Amino acid sequence: MNKILILFAHPALQKSRVHSALARVARDVEGVTFCDLYDRYPDFFIDVHREQQQLLDHDIILWQHPFYWYSCPALLKEWMDLVLEHNFAYGRQGTHLHGKKALTVLSTGGSQSVYSRKGDHHYSVKELLAPFHQTTRLCGMEYLAPFVVHGSHLLTVDEIEQYATDYRKLLIALRDGTLPEVSWQDTEYINHRIPS
Amino acid sequence: MYNQDFFLQAMIYLLAAVMTVPLAKKAGLGSVPGYLLAGVIIGPFVLGWVGQESEKVMHFAEFGVVLMLFLIGLEMQPSLLWKTRHSIFGMGGMQVATTALVIGAAAWLMGFRLNQSVAIGLILSLSSTAIVLQTLSEKGLQKNSGGRAAISVLLFQDLAVIPILALLPLLAVIGGITDVKNQVPPPEEGFAALPGTVQLLLIVSVGLAVIITGRFIARHIFRFVAGSGMKEVFTASVLLLVIGSAYGTAKIGLSPALGTFIAGVVLAENEYRHELEVTIEPIKGLLLGLFFISVGASINFVLFYQKPLLILGLVLLLIVLKFGALWVIARAFGLRHGRHILFALSLAQASEFGFVLVSFSDTLRIFDHETSSLLIMVIILSMAFTPLLLIINEKLVRPWYVRRRNKEVPDKIPETGNKIIIAGFGRFGLVVGRLLMANGFTVTILDSNPANVEILRKYGFKLFYGDVTRPEMLEAAGVKDARLLVLTMAEDDEALKIAAWLKKHYPRLKIAARARDTFHEFEFYKLGVEMVQRETFNSAVELGSRSLHYLGFNRYQATRAALTFKHHENSIMRELYEHWLKDETHFIRESRRFSEQLSETLQAERDFSIHDTDYAWDVASVRKEKAEETGKSDGPSEGKPSGVP
Repeated sequence: MNKILILFAHPALQKSRVHSALARVARDVEGVTFCDLYDRYPDFFIDVHREQQQLLDHDIILWQHPFYWYSCPALLKEWMDLVLEHNFAYGRQGTHLHGKKALTVLSTGGSQSVYSRKGDHHYSVKELLAPFHQTTRLCGMEYLAPFVVHGSHLLTVDEIEQYATDYRKLLIALRDGTLPEVSWQDTEYINHRIPS
Repeated sequence: MYNQDFFLQAMIYLLAAVMTVPLAKKAGLGSVPGYLLAGVIIGPFVLGWVGQESEKVMHFAEFGVVLMLFLIGLEMQPSLLWKTRHSIFGMGGMQVATTALVIGAAAWLMGFRLNQSVAIGLILSLSSTAIVLQTLSEKGLQKNSGGRAAISVLLFQDLAVIPILALLPLLAVIGGITDVKNQVPPPEEGFAALPGTVQLLLIVSVGLAVIITGRFIARHIFRFVAGSGMKEVFTASVLLLVIGSAYGTAKIGLSPALGTFIAGVVLAENEYRHELEVTIEPIKGLLLGLFFISVGASINFVLFYQKPLLILGLVLLLIVLKFGALWVIARAFGLRHGRHILFALSLAQASEFGFVLVSFSDTLRIFDHETSSLLIMVIILSMAFTPLLLIINEKLVRPWYVRRRNKEVPDKIPETGNKIIIAGFGRFGLVVGRLLMANGFTVTILDSNPANVEILRKYGFKLFYGDVTRPEMLEAAGVKDARLLVLTMAEDDEALKIAAWLKKHYPRLKIAARARDTFHEFEFYKLGVEMVQRETFNSAVELGSRSLHYLGFNRYQATRAALTFKHHENSIMRELYEHWLKDETHFIRESRRFSEQLSETLQAERDFSIHDTDYAWDVASVRKEKAEETGKSDGPSEGKPSGVP
């Protein structure tokens, strides 16, 4: 059984329907540690030791956040800047994260079609995730295809609930190791590979 | 001048109350049956310790009823009163009319004359303000819509006593027992002798006097008196106000209870309201207790032994008739879900006004003496049954409705459990309060400094003057239903006492406390208060950070250093607290308090190593690794962040 750590970053959770629903189911799944970074570090003063220890205690790391300017909210970036230290996450002695899996769980306002050469955003979500992908590579981790909620502004309550249900299934499958091959190259989004 | 008799009487009354009331409360009966039982025990038919003078005591203790109406008035803002005018006049009027009609008809069927039947109907249509209010408030039912409706009806009845008193002589004339011509009309004197226009003028001017005094003058008097810091003088001024309005209204022929009620309403929006409540409450409680004891003592058991079945039957009939009439009215006015039953059960007895009205009718010879004593007996016993009826409501009726409602739709009215109390609104509490209010929370503010109250009130804050250290004060402010109590008063020992009291009586209430210093903070921890903030620490760190900036740190560096220090301090505090718990006596000596704190803190700081949290922003180790790989020597400046000398 894999231990899953969700590092969740949203500066105004009370205003997000999608992330409220995702967070709700995530908190419920056994074997999942749900860590709300903005709640834990309201003054951006990150306890690096604690965060590093927490990483060591888990097998699969999820970064869950809205897609802000093609990246994560500021606190998660701060977390990466400070926690993924030289000689911990990378560097000659920095092998502590080797072999762990990571993936990004994100929501965007735009639909999947606008994240393309023909759409407003020009690049696909996976192309835009390159910095995260490369971060995991340098840390010796395996980066899985992302779980993406598109068109978050216009989703109906039922559609959001469907995403939440999928998310729960994903977490359970990750935990129990029942997920089929979901490598970065072969999979667009992990959404489509969740066993029902 | 000492009157030994007086001491003895007082001792007997108090002893009886002290012995029986706690027992009655333990048994779940509430205080009223306890007092009544105490009266019965010391009364002429059991122990015989008190006798004739119990009537005098009762008159004296009726002042408790007057005080109670003042307190009810305080709870009723004029706007609220205006909103309830329908239930006061509509329900109240209907209640008196319907009940009088039903009971009058029953009396007539039993063979009383028409005028007697009307008198009986009117007298017994009234309900007991004292018993109903005391029992409702003990059971926390005043805010229940059924309880509220009952209070409205009681208010109307207090008004109705006056026309009934005027009507009784007419009834005597219409068909008294004796020849009308021999009937000597009661000599008119004083107010009643004045011509009608003068009477009206006087009534209006007394009313105006009460309103003007309460609205515009009382505040200044209270501020002046409170400013002197003498609690007993404040109590005296409140009593003066209450007795003054009672006297004024009694003098113009209205009920003194009505006068104090109006005074209470006028003062309901006064910022000293909580303090007024707290001052009057114990006096009212004691006098009401006396009143109930004297009611108990005046139950005439000789009469009861002669015709027990007749009397019990009449009492039962009275309760059933009143209950029926009240039930119909409650349904007509839209009370549902068991609230109509609470309303009907609580008002299904006769009134203490009945004693006055019956004896007045007796002197008018509407009734013969035997009928009068019978009526008094029925009135007293019906009053004694009331608490039992409310227990029936609590144990049988309410659970039944709760069960039924659970099967139906869930109750959609949410409790307004969003109450926040700020105790102490000086330079510290002010900031807390402003932040909460700026974010849309409503707060009840208590402060013991009258000067502050005046100034802040000018700026539109809703606050109340009062001695925060008195538990009654907190209770009057609604601590029972509060969500959060912000304890920001400057007096640190008192703050601890309040916190301890709150933890004992309301363990679930969250407390946010201001601490003077480290040890004060620890005292709070020990009481189980976790949300504690030292009053100076954050400000000092802030100023330190600005000093660092002046000394050459850039602003972010200085802010970061301050943050690091702050979080570091928190872990020191945890460590220190453990130490303090083990060796409390060592720390306690007040004179050495600060130096102890200093040395303990610095010691802990020295032993505690700060992990450089911003390590990842420092490239020293990366540079070293790169240098080793390429064979070059690493650069000159290493490790220390720029700006540090």
